[in-house]
Amino acid sequence: MNKQSNTYTLIYILVLAAVVGTALAFTSLSLHDRQLENADLDKMSQILASAGIVPEKGQVAADFKKYIIAQEIVDCDGNRVEGDAFNVDVAAQSKLNDCGRQLPVFVCRPDDGSTKYILPVYGSGLWGPIWGYIAIDSDGTTVYGAYFAHQGETPGLGAEIVKPEFRNQFEGKRLIKNGVFMPISVVKAGQKPSGNEDYVDGVSGGTITSKGVGTMLDNCLSPYKSFLNQLSNN
Amino acid sequence: MSEKISLKGALFNPLSKNNPVVVQVLGICSVLAVTAKLEPAIVMGISVIAVLAFSNVIISLIRNTIPTNIRIIVQLVVVAGLVVIVDQLLKAYAYDVSKQLSVFIGLIITNCILMGRLEAFAMANKPLPSFLDGIGNGLGYTVILVIVGFFRELLGSGTLLGYQVVPDSFYEAGYVNNGLMILPPMALIIVACIIWVQRARNKDLQEP
Repeated sequence: MNKQSNTYTLIYILVLAAVVGTALAFTSLSLHDRQLENADLDKMSQILASAGIVPEKGQVAADFKKYIIAQEIVDCDGNRVEGDAFNVDVAAQSKLNDCGRQLPVFVCRPDDGSTKYILPVYGSGLWGPIWGYIAIDSDGTTVYGAYFAHQGETPGLGAEIVKPEFRNQFEGKRLIKNGVFMPISVVKAGQKPSGNEDYVDGVSGGTITSKGVGTMLDNCLSPYKSFLNQLSNN
Repeated sequence: MSEKISLKGALFNPLSKNNPVVVQVLGICSVLAVTAKLEPAIVMGISVIAVLAFSNVIISLIRNTIPTNIRIIVQLVVVAGLVVIVDQLLKAYAYDVSKQLSVFIGLIITNCILMGRLEAFAMANKPLPSFLDGIGNGLGYTVILVIVGFFRELLGSGTLLGYQVVPDSFYEAGYVNNGLMILPPMALIIVACIIWVQRARNKDLQEP
């Protein structure tokens, strides 16, 4: 058979595409459940990490059950609504206007018996999405801890937002000052924000990612305004 | 006997005399991207070894059936398929590593070393030498990644594999991490230094 003929070439590439396609479909299908499980476990450990709880390997699901005592969805007026908080697509919700969103709240009770409210946030960095979880004290105002993750920020620059050096700055910052809700700003080291809100230093060399964190906090925490105000008034 | 020597050559030549990065200057793009820290550099190296070895074997097995005018497309399809499978496997069995490498795994597809080896070696050789050639070139690439990653993380962040190695007393005495090291251009300078050292030692690599 003539290997340079058009018919041979056409049949060859079709067969190749079919074989590779089948192999990929098979891999994807057979690994799908495992991948989903991994993604869920990863999400659980991220949520726990924002409250400073680091489960041991293999203990993630058990610890999540132990420490997260309730999962709720609230609306922009702070009222509870029906739904599965864990599976809310925060990425999609963050693009809606404030009052059209479903806002997940994970209620966490660490070993010291206090109550923390963990709120998911989602935004974009320089190269791709960034996301995180902010744990807030039961007063609805003080940040207890923060966790950030990213898909593909530059290692050593924007990717430094995942480091404790950056995250720990958020501890003790206040979201509500004198009764007014103000998300935390991220500014260049040594500078101050224009308003009098609380602020943290950005990552040097990671300006766009740092700004992304600021925008993300602004966009994703503002809809919780009523919910947090209710907490702080109680 | 002659085959034994060529098998050994296929495996070891790419480590130094015919290194894909510092002699052929291929795959520079990913050397810039993944070497700011040592750990992603190592995992990236291992992934490239796996993809390169297996794609070399597959292409070598079907080399006599490939129509010449679409050979590049066939090579690309095989490489892309393997890379996606590696990515899926990492996601299922080594989720943490896969999270760390994220986009870089996908970028293996565009690594010039792969296309170079498939076109230059696997298309003309039997599966076993092709397999060894893939491993050898993958190792040659990994060695350079690790050297560059080592210096960039050490000088840029004062850590190795995330552990601090520069003692606190250095910082107290006024030592400052070189922030320039974590920027991509410094990878080129380190690669250039490696090329310099290597050509100084191997006179036959020097161009007149």
